[in-house]
Amino acid sequence: MSSWKSGRRPITIAILAMGGEGGGVLSDWIVSVGEAAGYTAQSTSVAGVAQRTGATVYYVELFPPSEKAPAERARPEPVLSLFPTPGEVDIVIASELMEAGRAIQRGFCTPDRTTLIASTNRVYAITERIALGDGRADSDQLIQDARAAAKRFVGANFMHLAEQARSVISASLFGALAGSAALPFTREQFEAAVRTSGKAVEASLAAFALGFDAARQPAPTPAPSRPAGSGPVPVAIGRRPPHDAAAEAATAEEERHRTLAATDPGQLVGPDLQAQAARVAEFPEPARSMLLHGCVRTAVYQGVSYTDRYLARVARVAALESEDKGAARLTTGTARHAALWMCYQDTIHVALQKIRRRRIAGIREEAHAKSGQLMQVREYLHPQIDEITDTLPTRLGRWLAGSAPFRRVVTKLTRNGMVVNTTSVAGFTALWVMALMRPLRPRSLRFGREQAGIDDWLDLVVRTAPDDYDLACEIVECQGVLKGYGQTHSHGSESFAVLMDSARRLAGRPDAASALARLRDAALADDDGTTLRAAVTSVLGERLSDERPTLMR
Amino acid sequence: MAERSFATEVQQLRHGAGTTLHVEGILAVTKALLQSGVAYVGGYQGAPISHLMDVLGDAREILQELDVYFENSASEATAAAMLAASVHYPLRGAITFKSTVGLNVASDALANLASGGVTGGALVILGEDYGEGSSIMQERSHAFAMKSQMWLLDPRPNITAIVEAVETGFELSEASNTPVMLQLRLRSCHMHGAFVAKDNVRPQMTIKDAIEQPKRDPSRIVLPPASFLHEQEKIGSRWPAAVEFIRERGLNEVFAGDAADVGIIVQGGLYNTLNRALELLGCSDAYGNTRIPLYVMNVTYPVVDSEILEFCEGKRAVLMVEEGQPDYLEQNLHAILRRADARAVLHGKDLLPIAGEYTATAVTRGLSAFLNKYRPEAVEGAPALLLPDDDPGSPFAPRVEPKAVHGRPPGLCTGCPERPIFSALKLAERETGKQHHISADIGCHLFSINEPFNLGATTMGYGLGSAGAAALNSAEADRRTIAVMGDGGFWHNGLTSGVGNAVFNGTDQVLLVVDNEYAAATGGQDVLSSQADNPIRSTKHPIEKAVRGVGVTWAKTVTNTYKVGELRDLFVEALTSKQRGPKVIVAQSECQLNRQRRVKPETNKKIKEGKRVVRQRFGVDADTCTGDHACIRVSGCPSLTIKPNPDPMRTDPVATVIDSCVGCGVCGANAHAASLCPSFYRTDVVVNETWWDRALTKVRTAWIRALSAPVERRAAKYEVV
Repeated sequence: MSSWKSGRRPITIAILAMGGEGGGVLSDWIVSVGEAAGYTAQSTSVAGVAQRTGATVYYVELFPPSEKAPAERARPEPVLSLFPTPGEVDIVIASELMEAGRAIQRGFCTPDRTTLIASTNRVYAITERIALGDGRADSDQLIQDARAAAKRFVGANFMHLAEQARSVISASLFGALAGSAALPFTREQFEAAVRTSGKAVEASLAAFALGFDAARQPAPTPAPSRPAGSGPVPVAIGRRPPHDAAAEAATAEEERHRTLAATDPGQLVGPDLQAQAARVAEFPEPARSMLLHGCVRTAVYQGVSYTDRYLARVARVAALESEDKGAARLTTGTARHAALWMCYQDTIHVALQKIRRRRIAGIREEAHAKSGQLMQVREYLHPQIDEITDTLPTRLGRWLAGSAPFRRVVTKLTRNGMVVNTTSVAGFTALWVMALMRPLRPRSLRFGREQAGIDDWLDLVVRTAPDDYDLACEIVECQGVLKGYGQTHSHGSESFAVLMDSARRLAGRPDAASALARLRDAALADDDGTTLRAAVTSVLGERLSDERPTLMR
Repeated sequence: MAERSFATEVQQLRHGAGTTLHVEGILAVTKALLQSGVAYVGGYQGAPISHLMDVLGDAREILQELDVYFENSASEATAAAMLAASVHYPLRGAITFKSTVGLNVASDALANLASGGVTGGALVILGEDYGEGSSIMQERSHAFAMKSQMWLLDPRPNITAIVEAVETGFELSEASNTPVMLQLRLRSCHMHGAFVAKDNVRPQMTIKDAIEQPKRDPSRIVLPPASFLHEQEKIGSRWPAAVEFIRERGLNEVFAGDAADVGIIVQGGLYNTLNRALELLGCSDAYGNTRIPLYVMNVTYPVVDSEILEFCEGKRAVLMVEEGQPDYLEQNLHAILRRADARAVLHGKDLLPIAGEYTATAVTRGLSAFLNKYRPEAVEGAPALLLPDDDPGSPFAPRVEPKAVHGRPPGLCTGCPERPIFSALKLAERETGKQHHISADIGCHLFSINEPFNLGATTMGYGLGSAGAAALNSAEADRRTIAVMGDGGFWHNGLTSGVGNAVFNGTDQVLLVVDNEYAAATGGQDVLSSQADNPIRSTKHPIEKAVRGVGVTWAKTVTNTYKVGELRDLFVEALTSKQRGPKVIVAQSECQLNRQRRVKPETNKKIKEGKRVVRQRFGVDADTCTGDHACIRVSGCPSLTIKPNPDPMRTDPVATVIDSCVGCGVCGANAHAASLCPSFYRTDVVVNETWWDRALTKVRTAWIRALSAPVERRAAKYEVV
């Protein structure tokens, strides 16, 4: 008998989506197109509580019309399953890249059978978003896996296509399903299903058309080979994972910057930084692009002499560069992190960032505001007492920081934060005046503290590099934990101090660099330092004293 | 008003005999009720039968035309007690709720109902929340059928079969004077399929008739000596009557097969999965032509001993496919076969999983083990899922980097008014420097136990948030406990089981009542305290008034939960106040999902009419953001996410607000209350500006251009654009 093996079986379709994305609408359309063509259609889902942004699976079976139906039937109509059976799913539609990964993990998408239609956009999971550093899953890896795990992979940013058509992703994915030709129905049959549903038909059909075309794009490059002789995979996308347009433009710009940095660095800086740009040529080539970024940043932040100080700092380290012909890791890292640290985010700098023209232009674009349309931008600021005293000249700042009445007044005034309308006359002027305070910065409490910190850090790098280049590189990278504002920043400073202390103690050990890298990851694992303390205990074999080591005075 | 409207779909309920309806399971059940001449319907929403309540609500006109009474019951206990109308009167009544949690709540009423028995057909439609997608503890409804002796129908997942089960369910109930439970499995409720309709039937006796001709019969009341009599009746007359009806009407199905010396007994609800497994192994086809004899139990309680013995007659071995544990059916079958000294060997959970959902994989693997033991020659298929998981041909072979696939649990929606409540609670704990025992409840607010809030230690059931912390009450402790309750749970029972209890026992507890104006988690149904006008229900009864009514003196209502700072201060006050006894905070803001559904069309209409509308959204300055994601850790909003850092000098992703932002304000409030960072801004774009708006734009643009000119000039000395 074995009619399943001989092909008398339904077409099976699993849709993996997140609650609220319209997976139900998509399965309704598929049912509709199937029923109109005389198929017996059954769909089901387990949406339930997953409707609240959780991952969920919709499942559809389409049984061909009375094709070779046996004369004797125990049931008058085909018996269809409510579960996608691993290894037996013909089409998987995933509304997002990680959900495609989930389909593979659950065995729904298999190399011998499944057409995988997946949107390559990412909707980050909460665990990816809450990381202190970069917790994102590897999209390139997911795309490679999707190609290898499917018989045929149809990938494009269907979310972006839907947005272009001012519609939702279910419509562009339905178009992709039609375009993939994985179902035996014509484009008109699919479109009829959308029309019958009667809701937002025009926008849905526009998104459908974009999805249809995207799915039919011929494979521009041959696919990489699959493991263990399973044969080539026909793919419908290019070799490079299709990132979003913004990311691609940024990569191209970086490439341009790198090329110019090597050939004509003067083009990358303004007229007042030409001398500094010329000096950059004395540094190892791979570090130059980063150095030029640093020059511009430090100059805008404080002034040309601050840029000179920056270059002098990096030069100290560059003198010890041993990978001259390689990636110049140490110099590049120092160029990056010294600039970031030197341009620490204080109220003066934040005020400057807020009033820049390109910022307001960017916000208009983000808010889809037409030219001339009234738009207001309100900043949610919460200046804390330390941030205020830090900006003031050292002596005044120190005195006020110790003054109880001042503390009381400021705390009271700022407890509930303030909202500044940057697009109003008063609000803009206030921020503008704040940004004007730049010349006062070098006399401020914080400036002195930060410069001392930077020098101590670089001293350690310079001391370490001759004996352990890799450890020196890792010490440079530790600056990355200094981030955030207020509590987050002070936690970062504490972590940094622990890392520097550990680096000193690790010096001389053969695994010093990798151990420090591990500690740095631990520092970014949580908000309260628990993971870091545990990691220090395991790496250094001793408990961290409660008294915190201080690097910065 | 519920989240999903069935206004269009319910029109299908009017179709008469002969029309083929292509519908979802729940709509088919509603139609079946009308075809059965039901006189009254009640229930309590909850997945997977929430939509059944919504359909009934949207079908009120049709129900009225047919003189069918419909009530949104206060709880499952209320719904079950409603069935008392079928005790003396020949009224057909149906109720529905989520099982098994609904059965837990309804048990008192159902046990009383089952003891005295019914005259009119009484049907309990259970939305079985078991397996993938379930949000409750994994238990079986079967136990409730056994303990109170109510019959349990488990029709195969097929729309026609389900419609027929509703109709025969009423008949079975009347034939045996016993309430009948109809189990609709999760996937069946959401299943789309087709069936041929019949005409709707007006109830033979209406509610009005019953009220006007009151009847009583003390022998139906649970009080000695009648209660002892009931137990005898159950065994002496009702059980045999049911068995006779089931046999006579052939409710359970037998399919012969050529492999006559073996057989499979299966719960009706698993029939489709079993047939698929048989197909995969080459033992059946799409039309159910099986080679292995099957006995399909569309009625899983009572078990009809004679049918079991007839089926097992002459068989070497039989496999019982029964989902969930304990294995009540398998135990029952063993007893039946042993008593009759039958020869057949009975297999079940020795070959199939003891616990967990019977997916296609689970059933196929168990079935394969059974057939390979007794009829290996019948097995003609070898589906890949039978291979070991590490075999390269297995569908489960590792083909994706495990680290690249993160869990994606459900969470609070974009702009949810509950998010700022938990942000505020987190901040209040930070401010008081103390962590508290938090007793959680059932509802969307239970998502607080996950990232990024990590608040909540236990949940003991719907409306039991306060009661769940009752024991943790000590005058010596240096802090209080916190309990959470939603408006749904509050009206379901929390007012008495929690608030009244806390007042009576002097529980020194901070009780947070999350009032989002709907039973939101189940799909936005109205409750007593809903703010919307509801044409058929009485709303706008404030929660604070109710708690004061039972004796709470410290009670405060916050009407804008998005003001994180205020809410934080209120929590601190409640946690540190000298006053003992329950302190109730009612945190009230409308469920955003429902709000958007209400507001969006209104806004679009205003824009079309040329009226001034301000569109709001939040944003994050990528330059100012340092990529530490502290904002996400106090919020978790789906619209507050990350993107690649546009700054070539930095690598960590920056926070960003995407277009789905509804401008609820929680980002700004958090930036303030948690002293986050200066990156957050709110954008207000004015659509259909007035002359004043235009004038303002001109003045501001000119002023800003003038001031920013020197700033940009200076920057241009260093930067190249």
